[in-house]
Amino acid sequence: MKSFSLGSLAFAAILSLSASMAGAVTLTNVSYDPTREFYKAYNAAFAEHWKKETGEVLEIRASHGGSGKQARAVIDGLPADVVTLALESDIDAIASKTGKIPANWRSLLPNNSAPYTSTIIFLVRKGNPKGIKDWSDLVKDDVAVITPNPKTSGGARWNYLAAWAWAYGQYGGDEAKVKDYIATLFRHVPVLDTGARGATVTFAQRELGDVLLAWENEAFLALDEFGADKFDIVVPPQSILAEPPVAVVTANTDKAGTTKEAKAYLDYLYSDEGQTLAAKYHYRPSRPEAVPAELVKAFPAIKLVSIDDPIFGGWKKVQPAHFDDGGIFDQIYRPAN
Amino acid sequence: MTFTLVYLAVIVLLPLGSLFWEASSLGLGEIWRLATDARTLAALRLSFLTSFAAALFNLPFGLLVAWVLVRYDFPGRRVLDAVIDLPFALPTAVAGIALTALYSPHGWVGALFAALGIKIAFTPIGVFVALVFVGMPFIVRTVEPVLAEVDLEVEEAAATLGAGRFRAIRTVVLPVLAPALLTGFALSFARAVGEYGSVIFIAGNIPYVTEIAPLLIVIKLEEFNYAGATAVAAIMLGLSFATLLAINFIQYRTRRRFGHV
Repeated sequence: MKSFSLGSLAFAAILSLSASMAGAVTLTNVSYDPTREFYKAYNAAFAEHWKKETGEVLEIRASHGGSGKQARAVIDGLPADVVTLALESDIDAIASKTGKIPANWRSLLPNNSAPYTSTIIFLVRKGNPKGIKDWSDLVKDDVAVITPNPKTSGGARWNYLAAWAWAYGQYGGDEAKVKDYIATLFRHVPVLDTGARGATVTFAQRELGDVLLAWENEAFLALDEFGADKFDIVVPPQSILAEPPVAVVTANTDKAGTTKEAKAYLDYLYSDEGQTLAAKYHYRPSRPEAVPAELVKAFPAIKLVSIDDPIFGGWKKVQPAHFDDGGIFDQIYRPAN
Repeated sequence: MTFTLVYLAVIVLLPLGSLFWEASSLGLGEIWRLATDARTLAALRLSFLTSFAAALFNLPFGLLVAWVLVRYDFPGRRVLDAVIDLPFALPTAVAGIALTALYSPHGWVGALFAALGIKIAFTPIGVFVALVFVGMPFIVRTVEPVLAEVDLEVEEAAATLGAGRFRAIRTVVLPVLAPALLTGFALSFARAVGEYGSVIFIAGNIPYVTEIAPLLIVIKLEEFNYAGATAVAAIMLGLSFATLLAINFIQYRTRRRFGHV
């Protein structure tokens, strides 16, 4: 009998934990790892804007984690109102597996539903002792490269694709040579962290490796966080245009009656205020004209290759060819026979 | 009896059953292909070998710790006793980050070994170190109460019959402890096989070298390959179950041999 009451006590405790707070309208934004700081600021800005506009008080919750893991949580039933993820294929997965997001989501907002873009650059030790300037320097004998695992990290997929795009141009599209370069590159990686934040910590705090392949915003953040006296940012002549997309999870918002708020939340990302805030947190605004010139100037000029470029043919082709089970990324690790 | 069965069914068998159900959607051929895939095999070998080695390592040292805690009284004994349980309570990710910081080539301990040319973090040795850490309390806690029950008089009797200290321990104390040691070993091993959080930071996660089987499952999940993930999980479960059965069998034999219940 005693164990019974203990059991019901545990049950009651769990229930009370999961009971939601009543009151203001809540909006849940399920996002990926390095957007933490940006959305913290943006949520406060939007809540204030919305209150001024409509008088309604919004409580905005943000959840962060690896992009794929977050998508899976939404697929498994996490009641997200909006998703702001690292990869188009993650939102596609939600759309195709649950139907909670319309299949044409990419055309519902400007710029392929990517309010801000980013790219992949290099973070090196102060003074750049190994003289790393371009993708070819990453495979020099004594260089150790830090990147997370493309299988578990959205950012790492962009790293991989940026390297691929460079090698493709370098070797005139000779696929065997491109694969060879990628395989060599990953032999220079001593640790494959599971997420972008983990890789940043490995590089910055564990002092492992000579160069970190990082999101542009994450690299700037590492400078702010760990001190500009320890690292330098190196911008390669060419990289990839990463378009982290956003979408309303309409099936969820229809049920919760938050469709109007969710739409406005994403629209506001394209406003002058939203764009300026994104630029402040080192995301490249999709409407640079809306942002003060000195913020735009802070972004170095790079030749950016899009995922829709013929060498890739869009995420729908890239994901299965490179990253699915048995794809090119798995092949480069297969021991030589 | 009924309560036990229902409880077991709901808490343990139901989730495990659904796992096998999900995995079975792949078909036997595909599961076999996965199970014999070089990468799966490498990951399984790493997970099971390091887990086994860690549990084996913990056996004598866990016993030693339990021995000291039971037989000797010294200032701070209670504090030490509480410290033993910390690996239970600590979120495993925290443990992993702390261990990595310590054992990485620039960490306190890692730097010492790096000077000797030995790398710990991001190698299979790192995996072993993390698994020793999480597995230790299992041995200490299972052995401790049994050791406390052993009458000193039995040892003294052995001594008066002419047995040396070492012989007394080997022939009188160890047989009594054997079942508890085996239980502790099994628990420590089982925990280590499934461990993810603490290992993932220190392992390095390089396919074929330092990629543990639980990571392989996570990778399959990231690919939205639920069936593949559950198939690897089912393979792991099958192997673990076989190992635990074997340990239980040895335990049964030793109990019979020494006439304990």
